Amino acid sequence: MALLAADQISIRFGGLVAVDGVSFAVNPGQIFTIIGPNGAGKTTIFNIVSRLYTPTSGRITLAGEDITRLPPYRLASLGVARTFQNIELFEHATVIDNLLVGRHVHVATNLLDALLFTPRARRQEIAFREEAERIVGFLGLQRYRDSLIHGLPYGVRKNVELARALMSRPKLLLLDEPSSGLTTNESVDLAWWLREIRDRLSVTILMVEHNMRLVSAISDRVLALNHGRIIAEGSPADVQRHPEVVRAYIGE
Amino acid sequence: MALRTSYAQDFAWFDGPGSLARIVALIAAAAALPFVLGEYYVSQLTFVWIYAIAGLGLMILIGYTGLVSFGQAAFLALGAYAAGILQDRGVPFIVALPAAGAVAAAAGVAIAVPALRMTGLFLAIATLAFAFIVNEALTRFSGLTRGNMGFMMPDIVIAGLKIDSERKFNLLCLTILVLCMIGAANLLRSPVGRAFIAIRDSRIAAQSMGIPVARYQTLSFAIGAGLTGIAGALFGHKLTFIMPEQFDINVSIEMLTLVVVGGLGSLHGVIFGAAFVILLPQLISAAKPLLPAVIAGQTGLQAAVFGGILILFIMLEPGGLYGRWLRMKQYLAEFPFYGAATFQKQRSFLRSERW
Repeated sequence: MALLAADQISIRFGGLVAVDGVSFAVNPGQIFTIIGPNGAGKTTIFNIVSRLYTPTSGRITLAGEDITRLPPYRLASLGVARTFQNIELFEHATVIDNLLVGRHVHVATNLLDALLFTPRARRQEIAFREEAERIVGFLGLQRYRDSLIHGLPYGVRKNVELARALMSRPKLLLLDEPSSGLTTNESVDLAWWLREIRDRLSVTILMVEHNMRLVSAISDRVLALNHGRIIAEGSPADVQRHPEVVRAYIGE
Repeated sequence: MALRTSYAQDFAWFDGPGSLARIVALIAAAAALPFVLGEYYVSQLTFVWIYAIAGLGLMILIGYTGLVSFGQAAFLALGAYAAGILQDRGVPFIVALPAAGAVAAAAGVAIAVPALRMTGLFLAIATLAFAFIVNEALTRFSGLTRGNMGFMMPDIVIAGLKIDSERKFNLLCLTILVLCMIGAANLLRSPVGRAFIAIRDSRIAAQSMGIPVARYQTLSFAIGAGLTGIAGALFGHKLTFIMPEQFDINVSIEMLTLVVVGGLGSLHGVIFGAAFVILLPQLISAAKPLLPAVIAGQTGLQAAVFGGILILFIMLEPGGLYGRWLRMKQYLAEFPFYGAATFQKQRSFLRSERW
């Protein structure tokens, strides 16, 4: 069964139909990429899946469960984590504290535990840090562990955001343009990490991405959009050769 | 910073035994002050402790959750009246004090639920309006509060011990301040505090981490109001005779000045801020004879000075007094290796809306 499925989703903003009857299915263990020129509706679909927008019609299911109208904060507890195109980190906190927030869905202590800092709260803090250390090591963030976010270079921030998303041990990771603003070298590292995340942490990835080299290097399946509609779907090589895709990017 | 060898050191309050010893020494020194100072200064010190407790509530709200409240005077008033009315009806102080906090916290939840649909300036205005409503209600419900006639606070009795001197009351306030500080520090090193900070820095990211934003903002309002309510109970006892007009907008502005001057996002800052807010009016009255009569005679002089200082701190010293103190420590520690860029200002403002 598909981990994430969109069934005929459409969304209209006033007179503009931004997404028009789009269906797709992301299978477990896949890196599924949505591509398309500017204004194609990629980010809109991304925001529908991450529950910031509610589609005008159609259905989204996660492992068979309907999430079309789920409140956005509930998504994390169902095993979905995301990153943001323009980086939304907690600027005045350290890297480690940012990662610890990513563990929020696993919090098992209440307000009283917090106020009195009971042994239960203490054990939980230690367990969370062990998990954080695993991710810090995985993404090579050791030297930034105790740095404040503001002041960190862009590439490191992108990486911290990825780390924070992994902290919840998600089943599905939503990445909004993970390579935007990265240098070529950083993109190469990213490609390697994303494969590792899929293979070693067995996380399914749905991403919106512009960098075609990254897309063809790591995607298992690619969906191409233009004007809110699907124009092609298949393996990266097939989609890149598809005449509609070539036309959408290069013109007649 | 000491070398860390265990995760527990990561969230310990104190960086090694030296830092623990310093804090203990500071508290001991604070407890010794009422034995060496004169009655008047002890009384002012009591106000500092009470304001620090109230400021702690507002600090959690503004400094850590990023929500502005111009209505702290209302929570202070509710705490004072709740404690007074309960004790009048025979409830012992030890029960009436947390009850006063609970009443204010409930009011905090009541204002949070509708007000959290707003942010930034609108939230500020809504809380301001709330303060006026509470003030008016306290005047009108004179059967309970005796309105403008004033309400006489009963004497405090704790387990048979009568708190009948300024010194005893001062030590009581200090004890409660230390307990509240411990609670707040615990809160901030737990997932709840991290959720507050997450909401302050990025609501959208907090939400995607699974934090129910509205629920945590309401919780922050409840905690902020509750602490201010506890301070209100002590404030009422300090004044002994309370009237609604003592809890006017000036008190809310003093609270706001307290957290901004102390340094948004620092618990220590609350003490610096409280001392500043209590000392400032005395400095103003001491300076009055030196000022030209036109200025000295103005009725709004104190409010103007408070407002001016608030603006100057937000513009020039957003880290507050505590931020300045940290930089002084760093300067001394790194002397002579500091560079010009070390102290370059990082601008940060009260966050309101950003998506």
